[in-house]
Amino acid sequence: MGNTGYLDAIQKELDRWTEEVSEKIKKHPERRPEFINTSGISIKRLYTPIDFSGEAYLDELGFPGEYPFARGVQPTMYRGRYWTMRQYAGFATAEESNRRYKFLLDQGQTGLSVAFDLPTQIGYDSDHEMAIGEVGKVGVAIDSLKDMETLFNGIPLDKVSTSMTINAPAAVLLAMYIAVAEQQGVSSDKLRGTIQNDILKEYSSRGTYIFPPKPSMRIITDIFSYCAEHVPLWNTISISGYHIREAGSTAVQEVAFTLANGIAYVGAAINAGLDVDKFAPRLSFFFNAHLDFFEEVAKYRAARRLWAKIMKERFGAKNPRSMMIRFHTQTAGCTLTAQQPMNNIVRVAFQAMSAVLGGTQSLHTNSMDEALCLPSEQAVQVALRTQQLIAYETGVADTVDPMGGSYYVESLTRQIYERANEYIQKIEDMGGAVSAIERGYIQKEIQESAYRYQKEIESGERIVVGVNRFQVDEEKPTNLLRVDPAVRVAQIEKLRALKEERDEQKVKDTLGRLREAAQGTENLMPPILEAVKAYATLGEICDVLREVFGEYQPSTSLA
Amino acid sequence: MAEGKKIRVLAAKPGLDGHDRGIKVLASALMDAGMEVIYTGLRQTPAQIVEAAIEEGVDVIAMSILSGAHDYHFPKVMELLKERGIEDILVLGGGIIPDEDIPKLKEVGIAEIFGPGTNTQDVVNFIKEHVEKKRRQMSSA
Repeated sequence: MGNTGYLDAIQKELDRWTEEVSEKIKKHPERRPEFINTSGISIKRLYTPIDFSGEAYLDELGFPGEYPFARGVQPTMYRGRYWTMRQYAGFATAEESNRRYKFLLDQGQTGLSVAFDLPTQIGYDSDHEMAIGEVGKVGVAIDSLKDMETLFNGIPLDKVSTSMTINAPAAVLLAMYIAVAEQQGVSSDKLRGTIQNDILKEYSSRGTYIFPPKPSMRIITDIFSYCAEHVPLWNTISISGYHIREAGSTAVQEVAFTLANGIAYVGAAINAGLDVDKFAPRLSFFFNAHLDFFEEVAKYRAARRLWAKIMKERFGAKNPRSMMIRFHTQTAGCTLTAQQPMNNIVRVAFQAMSAVLGGTQSLHTNSMDEALCLPSEQAVQVALRTQQLIAYETGVADTVDPMGGSYYVESLTRQIYERANEYIQKIEDMGGAVSAIERGYIQKEIQESAYRYQKEIESGERIVVGVNRFQVDEEKPTNLLRVDPAVRVAQIEKLRALKEERDEQKVKDTLGRLREAAQGTENLMPPILEAVKAYATLGEICDVLREVFGEYQPSTSLA
Repeated sequence: MAEGKKIRVLAAKPGLDGHDRGIKVLASALMDAGMEVIYTGLRQTPAQIVEAAIEEGVDVIAMSILSGAHDYHFPKVMELLKERGIEDILVLGGGIIPDEDIPKLKEVGIAEIFGPGTNTQDVVNFIKEHVEKKRRQMSSA
């Protein structure tokens, strides 16, 4: 074949060149004896058509918008429309967060992303003992439909798409969103947005679990099924590698553990009797944009191809939309430094660029001050401007998958694909993601990678600018944004007032119906929606479910 | 250690914060440095932490919070230790702690705060130095 002759010629020349270079580097050695990325892939000095000759093009890459989607999920990508610029925000009260959302929308942000405080994420009302010290701190405090009404006051829910970082109580917050929309006269079939709803990575990496795996998986499949019928444009889950990476995993592990969780959700839904092509098109994903630029670009491309193959071959999906990884990306919070925080603007810009070159559907760029405190308005503005600069000034969005065909990126894409696939097989051999998590396997793998990374920094093998090199004496910034502890007092007062004015009998009845549903097998969404509309609080609803389902007990063993 | 007795550390996550990368990395580093580490897991109340520290007979409590709730949980732990009459446990804090909060935390008895970018060896050295000093004080008293 003609191509073989051409590759032979290149190989011959490559051998000659390598030999000559080997002589030269005896005098002037390279910076390191070996270059290895976080995924353990050894990086060659030079990549050539030997590494990606193009013969595998149709199998491995294909065309954008078509199987296996390696080059992108839409045919025209950003030539049609830019990615959604979506900054994760929320703090203190619903009033204050509502103001921040309106500011962001005024600044040209194109979608909302709600951060909830920890008590909300773990299903406690603001007056619960466990909530002391946490109310309104890392996000907005939502205790009932009342707070949700305030949060979206003056924001037309048929016009914006809203992402909500909520997992264990996702069904409750989604129900509140549907109820607010209804009050605005917007029916649920018009709502666009995402709930994170990814409990498996909470057990392994993020920590806001409530119930044990089995009932948690049931709640998730109930949401899939309810939304397929009533909220068809809603992304019912955001299967997240972001937090797995933040917890310390490598790029390969991020892909592998995320897709393994994805397999568990799809399997559970099919077992619950759902048709794969009914729910799978609404699955979405969430990845991290970390430091190693090309490794990251390759990671997104590899993940798309791997998921497409899993959905088609393993689960027999027919609808191409069931095979697509549509994903959100956030730049890596764990790479931000408290030292010389202005440097973070540049880190974030490179990370964001890798996400765009990797074909993300939406993006959050971190603010420079996040290693210090909650982001200030000015820092958020620079972060959003970074995305706008990439979109409107750099020209990288003018063609689809501009890195495609780079010998290096294609080689990395293939290796990440293969290594992630091996991991997934290993997890499958253990009985799938749920049992791998229950055994602590995923946690241990992540923990080992995190410790290795830290040791590389401490030995000076890995440079963190401003931390272990190029340090300066600096004054730590003052006047950081912080949440007033009075927020808790205000929330408790709102709860007291709510409990006085609502119809207690109706609350009791709807919670009773929810309990019955939880004890049986019917879909939990309708009774949750009824309870929410009766102004039962988030804590009351979650308490009913706690009584029926119990609570997850994690192991505390160290690797 | 001169006394030869291993240093025991309780690694603790007070409050609802789920960020445990830092505390687990630190725990591994302390174990590599020859210390015994007991990890509480997530979502511990100050009372649970103090109880565990007493039960395990630790020399050190190392707490980490990245949610901003250190302003409540750290002083609460110190208050409870004081109530129980415990003065010989070295208490350390870490996480996202604004500089301006540090003086207040030291005032209530937190020995040191280690922020983002800390070298784990600095924590190891700090613990060794202070525990030895405390042990000397205790044995001469």
